[in-house]
Amino acid sequence: MSGLPMRGGPPKPFVDQEVRGKGVDDVSGINKKKLQDWFWAYLMIFPTLAGTIIFSIWPLLQSFYLSFTEWGAFGFYEWGGTVNFERMLGDSVLWQSLRNTLVFTVGSVPFGIALSIIVAVLLNTKIRGMSTYRTLYFLPVVTMPVAVAMVWRWLYNADFGLINHILRSVGITGPRWLTDPKYAMLSLIVVSVWSSIGYNMVIFLSGLQGISKQYYESADIDGANAFVKFFRITLPLLTPTIFFVTVTSLISSFQVFELIFTMIGINSPVIRHTQSIVFYFYRQAFVNMDKGYAAAISLVLFVVILGVTIVQFRLQKRWVHYE
Amino acid sequence: MKRFRVVLLLALVAALGLSALAQAQVTLSYRFWDINQAPAMEAIARAFEEKNPGVKVEIEVIPWGQYWTNLETAATGRNLPDIFWLNAPNFELYAGNGMLLPIDDRLAKSDLISIDDYPAALAAIYNHRGKQYGIPKDMDTIGLWYNTELFDAAGIAYPDENWTWDDLVAAAKALTDEANQVWGIAAELNLQSGFGNTVHQAGGYIINEDRTKTGIAEPEGIAGLKFWTDLIHVHKVSPSMAQMTDTEPVSLFESGRVAMYFTGSWNAIRFANNEYTKDRVDVAVLPKGKERAVIIHGLSNVIAANTKHPEEAWKFVEFLGSREAMEIQAKTGTVIPAYMALQDSWVTSIPQFNLKAFMDQLDYAVPYPASVRAGHWQQLLVDCLIPAWSGEISIEDAARDAEAQIQEVLASEKR
Repeated sequence: MSGLPMRGGPPKPFVDQEVRGKGVDDVSGINKKKLQDWFWAYLMIFPTLAGTIIFSIWPLLQSFYLSFTEWGAFGFYEWGGTVNFERMLGDSVLWQSLRNTLVFTVGSVPFGIALSIIVAVLLNTKIRGMSTYRTLYFLPVVTMPVAVAMVWRWLYNADFGLINHILRSVGITGPRWLTDPKYAMLSLIVVSVWSSIGYNMVIFLSGLQGISKQYYESADIDGANAFVKFFRITLPLLTPTIFFVTVTSLISSFQVFELIFTMIGINSPVIRHTQSIVFYFYRQAFVNMDKGYAAAISLVLFVVILGVTIVQFRLQKRWVHYE
Repeated sequence: MKRFRVVLLLALVAALGLSALAQAQVTLSYRFWDINQAPAMEAIARAFEEKNPGVKVEIEVIPWGQYWTNLETAATGRNLPDIFWLNAPNFELYAGNGMLLPIDDRLAKSDLISIDDYPAALAAIYNHRGKQYGIPKDMDTIGLWYNTELFDAAGIAYPDENWTWDDLVAAAKALTDEANQVWGIAAELNLQSGFGNTVHQAGGYIINEDRTKTGIAEPEGIAGLKFWTDLIHVHKVSPSMAQMTDTEPVSLFESGRVAMYFTGSWNAIRFANNEYTKDRVDVAVLPKGKERAVIIHGLSNVIAANTKHPEEAWKFVEFLGSREAMEIQAKTGTVIPAYMALQDSWVTSIPQFNLKAFMDQLDYAVPYPASVRAGHWQQLLVDCLIPAWSGEISIEDAARDAEAQIQEVLASEKR
């Protein structure tokens, strides 16, 4: 805005007039050009946009609609109104799976983030073989989840597994990690934290690289020790990254499925104590073939995730510092 | 320009001619999941084409992991292949929703095959509300597999056709060696190879013929279930439910930790190829409860209701069920042919095992229990039984839970 004070006359009307005059000309000119720009822009993003609409948005709307239907086999369905939602109220297994999901999330997300930050800070220093360590920590991310689950199942095996074997050698009888209701959830959380560290670590590393060295230099001059620097500089300036990782971790933890599918299995005695809401959704949709009820469950999950994410964005003003 | 027109005209004529030729040729699609059986199916298809000029069979193999989703999608889009495989848990879903072509009339007129060529209980699986929809392709029954080395070490006679439940329990007690973590038997929670058999042996049933009622909580049903939970909790001759979840019972059997194991004829090849089991195990008929019974299952070839070529499709299904095609299938040795006259070849295929035990039980075999929503109630049934197998609730309570939930599903099938 060129609001330069002009000497010798009222500048405002003049400026306004000029802007308006120019504007009218320009609007038609820009419009033509803009239309062309838009055309090309939309043409360029069309393939992605079409993919998103066909494979994400349309199914989303469909499943919203389906949650109000009673599903038969092979695409036969009838309008059911709120029947699926009424059924939910009395479905104790559904509420237990929601509770399991919350326990899993509360158990895995904070630990996963805290450990990833520690690992990232440690690997942000110049030590020998640093890239080797980074690779090692990142390895779980690029390994097939099913392979990861198979290895952990073997580690956890109560009779022949490595963990209990080691415990036995020091005189402790290890628990049945995956089939005792008291330990199964804990075992899942451990694997989840272990496999999430690598990915989160990379994000935190990039966040750490973005923190200006000057802060540390001036802190050094003031004689701050490593802990003070970590809590007073690193952590506050890392909060935008922490916020991002928290949001994505919470969402993916609410959607946990394959870990339970591969490590616990549908016929395990502890499945009731460990099945997540998405696992319960899978059971309704693909075992019971009740896609209407499954769609209603997915809608509830959608609302829960949306709610949690909105709350997080509201709260971010209180603790996230943008430089 | 004129020359161009002539060329165009020629091309048009050629195209029309070709399409006319293509119309004379009928192409049937045949879909199944087992890549191991593809060569045999391919050979059968070629033999069929030779006998039926003008009919071509195209084979589509969809891996097991995607087969049912693929088929369901195809059925939803009314786009099923002409001929495909079905198994018992899924058959009534398709038959009950009008997706399959009934074959009774054509079967009655056939001079190539008859329904009596196959075990009656197996053919009955593919009969829905009085109409036959499928011709059995292969079959399996359940046997009592046992570890001869452990039996010898305990000094007990091997199981034979005179064994009863009591004999099994007595032997299991003698074979169990808690200190060395060796158990007499694995009481696996399994409908097909476990409690489904014993419920029938106790004189009960899982699902009645009308598909209106489950017998799981009736005294006989409970007796058939209790046989297994007693092995774990009363006689203490089986690994716990948790142990069998951590390590599959079949692996425990294959490592000599379990002396007896109920499992199907399909595992014969696996045990023959396993270094440990290949000359340490054998098989006998299932022990007798109140009566004798074994669950029989097998796949079937079925025809889509909306096939464009019902006559040709039937001809192919008829051929698949014939002696000639079954012989081709039998040679590969992967499955037991459903054609009874050919089953001896399978029995002798692994000489060190008494595979005849599987065939000896055909006289009293019962069909694999199923209904339109079998996949649904079978999972509910297992869900309800898990706490009883774990010892958290009594088997009576578990059976009553299961009964209530299964009845609800069966009622929903009628709508």
